[in-house]
Amino acid sequence: MLDATHPDSLPARPGVGYKPQHYTAIMADPGPLGWLEVHAENYMGDGGRPIAQLRHLAERFPISVHGVGLSIGAEGDLDKDHLARLKHLVSWLNPASFSEHLAWSTHDSHFFNDLLPLPYTPKTLDRVAAHINEVQDTVGRRMLLENPSSYLAFAESTLSETDFLRELTQRTGCGLLLDVNNVFVSATNLKTSPQAYIDDFPLEAVGEVHLGGHDEDEDETGAPLLIDSHGKAVVDPVWALLDYTLAKSGPKPLLIEWDTDVPEWPVLAEEIARADKALSLVTA
Amino acid sequence: MTVTQAQFRTAMLDPNAAVPPGIVNPDGAQASKRFNVYRNNVAVSLSDALEAAFPVVRKLVGDEFFRAMAGVYLRKHPPKSPLMMFYGDAMPQFLHRFEPAKSVPYLPDIAAMELALRLAYHAADATPAPPDALGAIAPDALMSTRLRLAPAVQAVNSEYPIHAIYRANTQSDAPKPVMQAEAVLISRPGFDPDIHPINAAAAKAISLLQKGQTLGEAIATADDTLDLGAVLGLLLAQGAITEIY
Repeated sequence: MLDATHPDSLPARPGVGYKPQHYTAIMADPGPLGWLEVHAENYMGDGGRPIAQLRHLAERFPISVHGVGLSIGAEGDLDKDHLARLKHLVSWLNPASFSEHLAWSTHDSHFFNDLLPLPYTPKTLDRVAAHINEVQDTVGRRMLLENPSSYLAFAESTLSETDFLRELTQRTGCGLLLDVNNVFVSATNLKTSPQAYIDDFPLEAVGEVHLGGHDEDEDETGAPLLIDSHGKAVVDPVWALLDYTLAKSGPKPLLIEWDTDVPEWPVLAEEIARADKALSLVTA
Repeated sequence: MTVTQAQFRTAMLDPNAAVPPGIVNPDGAQASKRFNVYRNNVAVSLSDALEAAFPVVRKLVGDEFFRAMAGVYLRKHPPKSPLMMFYGDAMPQFLHRFEPAKSVPYLPDIAAMELALRLAYHAADATPAPPDALGAIAPDALMSTRLRLAPAVQAVNSEYPIHAIYRANTQSDAPKPVMQAEAVLISRPGFDPDIHPINAAAAKAISLLQKGQTLGEAIATADDTLDLGAVLGLLLAQGAITEIY
């Protein structure tokens, strides 16, 4: 277990999920942009432009390394090769933050490129805690764990997601990445209250907040089914949920995530400006 | 009722499989359409990765064929690592055996070329040997010399005009391909991979040099179509030689 008092060093400013096509625009006029987030796996090649560009960006901006492939919620062991790649990336880049997901994506050595759900039970809690300890011990630093978007539930679950996450922070010293769009998506899909989720969330452990867009669908009963697509602007109810959260938590590093149908830079710059405004409301 | 990840995985990859009992909606009823979100995410994200990886293969067979083919591929060859930049490494072998693509016999070699380009893009950076490095070697020592090539360097050899087909599908002014055997050298002098046409003898010699054989050994197995001087000149010009020993 690592020291839980280790400070998070991302600034409490807006950040953005970095896309190479925005390189020139970001360098020319970052506006209120205070930091960048990259997907760890995109920078695990041996060399070439991606790595060179990341080195360059890191000279100018604090970087958050956000992993999507560690499969922390897997039943099986963590992939040792992948852990070693992560350790290598974190050691040469020395990012301001490292985060991963409460999800699984690998089974029997096959990777499914999606964040798959797990039931919340004492048994899965033990397993995820052991995996987080292994990650933190190997990489040598504290990590943040992100709450998932839920589309369904497991009949076997006995713990709430917020209790599950709180217990993980207590057992491992890890921090949390609070994705308020995921909170809104899950609450809509599972017919719960997003505000109640925030009320129950251990906000003191939050080192970063995510904001993204979602798609709207319906299940076979006609109930709304929201899908976390990262392909649209953040909707008003999610901005309102952000305000609700920040009023309780104080300022946090806020990330705009847009991964599919990625727009031109000015569209993202507007989202960044809106995040900056949300922060200004709670920064006295 | 416990849902194992093996059950979840099996049902997720088979659109006709039943959703594992114990996966429910907020009312406690079985959640079929909700489970389909994962089926769809996995199939679409892997298919998208293959589209991005093999744009010329896709252009040659058309979007609809490619999507259907990707659907078969991703179930037969799910990624073996979270590094999606390398996903699709079994595509050339897969296409060799993929019956519906038999009418496009050069498809596997185009896939191999696109794969080589991607590997070159992500290969380790290397410091090239100086352009006059070979000139410094005494003539009688030349045949026992070995070269270390940059990690990005690959030679792709084909019975088909892969260079001409690639150009015809990526450049607007490219000539129409003529049915003949072609080979290419892929190298990366800066950050973008370069493609140079070479002959089959040159491709074979480069592969032997890559394996650590001497210049003499590379010549010994070649026929008279090998112009070793031209091959070495091209490798040096492309910054493809990192060490001479």
